[in-house]
Amino acid sequence: MDWSLFAELALNGAMAGLMYSLVALGLVLIYKSSSVPNLAQGAMTMLGAYFVLEVGRHLHVPMWVAIPLAMLLMFGVGIGIERVALRRLAGRPIIMILMMTLGLDIFLRAIVLTVFGSSGRPMPIGIPDDPLFLGPILLNRSYAVGAAVALALWGLFVLFFRSRRGVVLRAISDDYTASWSVGISVERGVALSWAMSAAVATIAGVLWGSVQGVDQSLSMLLLKGITVAVLGGLDSIGGAILAGLLLGIFESVASGYLDKLVGGGSRDLVVAATLILTIMIRPHGLFGRHDIERI
Amino acid sequence: MLFRQAGIHHTDYASDRALFPVPADRIMIIGLLVLAVTAPLTTSSLTLSSYLLPWLVWTSATLGLNLILGWAGQFHFGYAAIMGIGAYASVHAARNGVPWEIAVALGGLTATVIGSTFAFAALRVKGLYLALSTLALQFVMDWVISHVPAISGGTQATLQAPPMKLLGQPVTSEIGFYYVALGWCLIVTLFMLNLRRTALGRALVAVREKDFAAAVIGVHSFRYKLVAFATSSFIGGVSGAILIFTFYRAVTPEQFAVNVSIELLAMVIVGGLGSIIGSYFGAAFILLMPGLMNSLIGWLASRAGAQLGVEALAHIPHAVYGALIIIFLLVEPMGLGKMYANLRNYLLVWPFGYARK
Repeated sequence: MDWSLFAELALNGAMAGLMYSLVALGLVLIYKSSSVPNLAQGAMTMLGAYFVLEVGRHLHVPMWVAIPLAMLLMFGVGIGIERVALRRLAGRPIIMILMMTLGLDIFLRAIVLTVFGSSGRPMPIGIPDDPLFLGPILLNRSYAVGAAVALALWGLFVLFFRSRRGVVLRAISDDYTASWSVGISVERGVALSWAMSAAVATIAGVLWGSVQGVDQSLSMLLLKGITVAVLGGLDSIGGAILAGLLLGIFESVASGYLDKLVGGGSRDLVVAATLILTIMIRPHGLFGRHDIERI
Repeated sequence: MLFRQAGIHHTDYASDRALFPVPADRIMIIGLLVLAVTAPLTTSSLTLSSYLLPWLVWTSATLGLNLILGWAGQFHFGYAAIMGIGAYASVHAARNGVPWEIAVALGGLTATVIGSTFAFAALRVKGLYLALSTLALQFVMDWVISHVPAISGGTQATLQAPPMKLLGQPVTSEIGFYYVALGWCLIVTLFMLNLRRTALGRALVAVREKDFAAAVIGVHSFRYKLVAFATSSFIGGVSGAILIFTFYRAVTPEQFAVNVSIELLAMVIVGGLGSIIGSYFGAAFILLMPGLMNSLIGWLASRAGAQLGVEALAHIPHAVYGALIIIFLLVEPMGLGKMYANLRNYLLVWPFGYARK
């Protein structure tokens, strides 16, 4: 066994996995506050990336200005989605909610492609292409930046959930009827979590856009985001980070060795298999709450 | 008016339990059947083969998905994979010289066997987690179908469906294909209509409403979930096979990808959960809407003198499709079937609205 190959696969996988965590973080934020599994997170990631490019193009501002502006825009989009589409579905059966987020996914994706065009574009955020050398191991610089941002966001959220507003959100996720009765505005809290999730999706869109270009394939990150979120436990921020690391390493190493056997393309298979196994063995994930019903 | 109920008194149980107790319904069904059977004479061959035929086949598939989603209340986000398994199995069987009817039944049985593995997911988790695991199974099936050369015939391959023979008679014309699709759709519809009033159907509904309450009154919820998955997989597998033999004539993995699963779900939701006539409406709506939308937008653009790019024209129908799902869920979550039922209930006693029970 070639240890440097293994280490390279594992390290690059770990960093790519932390970038999956960026998508998963958005899912977890929404699920935590409103128990809505947001299947439109992939489309929101894509929308965020396109917003950054369009803001940069139309306002002629550099990237580091365009990204916060686009995040602000997405903040509004998140609030809008919650207000228009999801609030009226509160308390409805889960099939309606899942279908609604699927409808949103289709709608957002098609609208983005209609308005901005479907040709792939680069996301120039100034990360050089040459790899980082760590002894005999080559590391992808974009992945390293993405992993660092994911860890920073995790730290930010840990701090946020200790602030006053964060405590409010935690109360809502714990029991929204009780929060209501002590005067917490549940609607506002849920809207805030959608908005934060949309802003996080923008960051994920920018980082993934710099890795693979900005096009429709950004919305395919949904499956990976969901797998990470489920593996970590759908309501655990720290779980999303750790599960991202694990899935990234597992996916990279397993497909690195499997691809030779089956002739490529085994990444999605590994991810789907991880999702199935997680749900079969431990549906509440690594750190999720245990109240998910087993039958 | 249309469905006059006044003056209709059922004096024995048989007439009360008839499939269509109101005569107006019976007349309407007979009228529709006559229309369906004479459709080859009255419509152009283009309408017949590119609208009516796929509509009938997709309706049967929608009914199959509705059985699992609307009656048994179990999520299935991988129904297209089930159809694909049926299609591939039957095409392979037919290519190896198995008679067509047996090949299609074999396709259905293969889909049943593999589809029942989805049920094992349902035995362990439910709700969101069942939805996600079936979605993941769809990805696994897609991958297996396209990466195993013995199934798909190699990467990027298209498997030609062999000529079709029904009971020894070769079926080659559009009209013949249409009648095969119509026959299958009628069988499935009859099955679903009768399912509502049999012990099986009621047990499924009991499991849907609350599985442990069902267990308390003696309904074995594991067994009925398994039965529901198996039955609906059989319907899906045969529908997939018939779709290939009568409409596509060749099978590729992309025909049964994950977006097709979502389209089927949209058909069920737009049509209405647990509604039979709704499945017809939903399938028609989702199938015909993109084409209608394209011509409508083209017409509007030409009227307004605006230039629309090819790209915009290609993506607008998808946007409308997503928007329609959203609007339906907000306005009428029980779908077109519920709208029809509302209208029918209103007309049942019209103009004596106060007489409604």
